[in-house]
Amino acid sequence: MKILTLTFLTCARKSCKPEPTSYPLHPTSAELEIIPVDFNPLFLRALLPRLDWPTLRILCEAFGLPGLQEEAPEEDALFLQPEEGGAMEDVEVQGEKGKEVVEDVEKKGEEETREASQLAKDLHHLLLETTMQEGKLVCGCCGHEYAVKEGIANFLLPAHLV
Amino acid sequence: MPDYLIRLAQAHETFRKPELESLAELLDIRLEFLEYSPDSPHCLVRLESLKDAEKLITRSILTDSICELWGQGSDYASLHADVKERTTHRWPDFLHASFRFSVFGYQGKRDTKSHSSIIDSFSYMGFLGPIRMKNADHEFIVFEEYGIREPEPKRIFLGRLVARGSRPVVSKYDLKKRSYISTTSMDAELALITANIAKASAGKLFYDPFMGTGGFPIACAHFGAMCIGSDIDGRTVRATPDRNPLTNFKQYGLMSYCLDNFVSDLTNSPLKCERWLDGIVCDPPYGVREGLKVLGSRTGLHKLVIFEDGTPAHLAPGFIAPKRPYSFDAMLDDILHFAACMLVDNGRLSMWMPTATDEDIALSIPQNEHLELLSSCIQTFNKWSRRLLTYRRLPGSVTGPVMPRPDKEYVNGSTADDLNNFRKMYFEGFRDKSSKG
Ligand SMILES: [Zn+2]
Repeated sequence: MKILTLTFLTCARKSCKPEPTSYPLHPTSAELEIIPVDFNPLFLRALLPRLDWPTLRILCEAFGLPGLQEEAPEEDALFLQPEEGGAMEDVEVQGEKGKEVVEDVEKKGEEETREASQLAKDLHHLLLETTMQEGKLVCGCCGHEYAVKEGIANFLLPAHLV
Repeated sequence: MPDYLIRLAQAHETFRKPELESLAELLDIRLEFLEYSPDSPHCLVRLESLKDAEKLITRSILTDSICELWGQGSDYASLHADVKERTTHRWPDFLHASFRFSVFGYQGKRDTKSHSSIIDSFSYMGFLGPIRMKNADHEFIVFEEYGIREPEPKRIFLGRLVARGSRPVVSKYDLKKRSYISTTSMDAELALITANIAKASAGKLFYDPFMGTGGFPIACAHFGAMCIGSDIDGRTVRATPDRNPLTNFKQYGLMSYCLDNFVSDLTNSPLKCERWLDGIVCDPPYGVREGLKVLGSRTGLHKLVIFEDGTPAHLAPGFIAPKRPYSFDAMLDDILHFAACMLVDNGRLSMWMPTATDEDIALSIPQNEHLELLSSCIQTFNKWSRRLLTYRRLPGSVTGPVMPRPDKEYVNGSTADDLNNFRKMYFEGFRDKSSKG
């Protein structure tokens, strides 16, 4: 389970869901592993507004990971500002009959041309590369423990809890 | 707005338009269909630019190619007249460029000699550049469409090739070459089409709550979406150390797009009930056991297995009906409810559903007040069919943490057959078949 996934997880019991203590699940006896994956600034940019920052801070503390800034960053903080990273370059696209068409790729939202900031790289490492391989995820409401083995968590409930 | 000729695959016909419409929406392209027929691979569209034409088609699984339309006709005389009218002013631009011509026939073909004379008949365009069979600057294609067993084509088009579709990708993901699959894995072509119709793309977060061996997450990851998968069957998710969903992601170099896989049940999902998913794609279990090996399992719901001849596997010896009847209709409503709770505005749910071919389909398509049905594509087999239903999460409305699913009366039967209309019909079909044989 990647740390990002943990920010999306709550207790599977219906009766726990309305209780604030059921979220996030608390990791215990966790073994962490770093599994490198490709840096994906486009994904981080889209993710940021959906990321529960206070929960991420709680998880970092639970895992004993370096603390995060108190306030959730804005999208701009994921990228170097133009004066830091150099002027944004226009992208040249080969157009009809060989005429050069200049297109602002940024506006199309499909590509990200700005250079990523250190914060973006740190977040990538924390959210997508830091993985809980073994341990338990515990509901703060009902106390049920969900086992994580070889990186895969099991959220099936025993019959009496369904 | 120029006109373009799209040459479509003559397969999965009802998926073709939804795929193109979804891609147009995803890429923010204005697409207008001028001529489309399910019986023809040739489709005429209007697009704003060459660049749009290229972007639209490059990702399409059901498209062979897109050409700038240079002319059309019901015979060669009318084709040539149309070519002259549309393009005479453009010929000078192509005067010295290298080029090639080719001729394609649909439901009819000609020998090489007549190909040459057809190509020669365009010499009035006066191109002086070299002819290159490979890497020519411009490729012109004559498309002939014949009626069945007609000696002459009924429609002819001349197009200048702009871009080719993604059909070659289908063989890359061919299940025969995939390390971890099961009898219920969706074939690669339909999984990729599903991902396109659900608008999977870079930067998005997708989820398959019935992942099985992970066919949909792989297809969505191919298009750059970050994927989460889960399944109620832990053995499918974990499998063996050298063959499991992750080894599939590794095989295709897509590990960076696999967020996580876990074991869970959609009706008791551990996912936080907020609207943070861009798309949900799934092929829900149909309530038929896969075989003897799951006997005694508490989680007795498995996907319907279909043999290559189109016969459902529950016709096979050893089939056992589920012990815990679960209304299929109720499960579909649960999926729609889940999607309504989890999808961002305009996020899509693309869900497969089995249907009887002669069933009144209007009655059986599940609905939800927060979801708009966008398309219903059908794949037909011998005695049954299945549909890919695609919904859009309507913007706004209900963002609260827990949205209760409205209660609804389901058929109150005591056996699985009573509860699952689809299964019932097929068991009846089976009895008919066996009594005859
Ligand atoms: Zn709980």
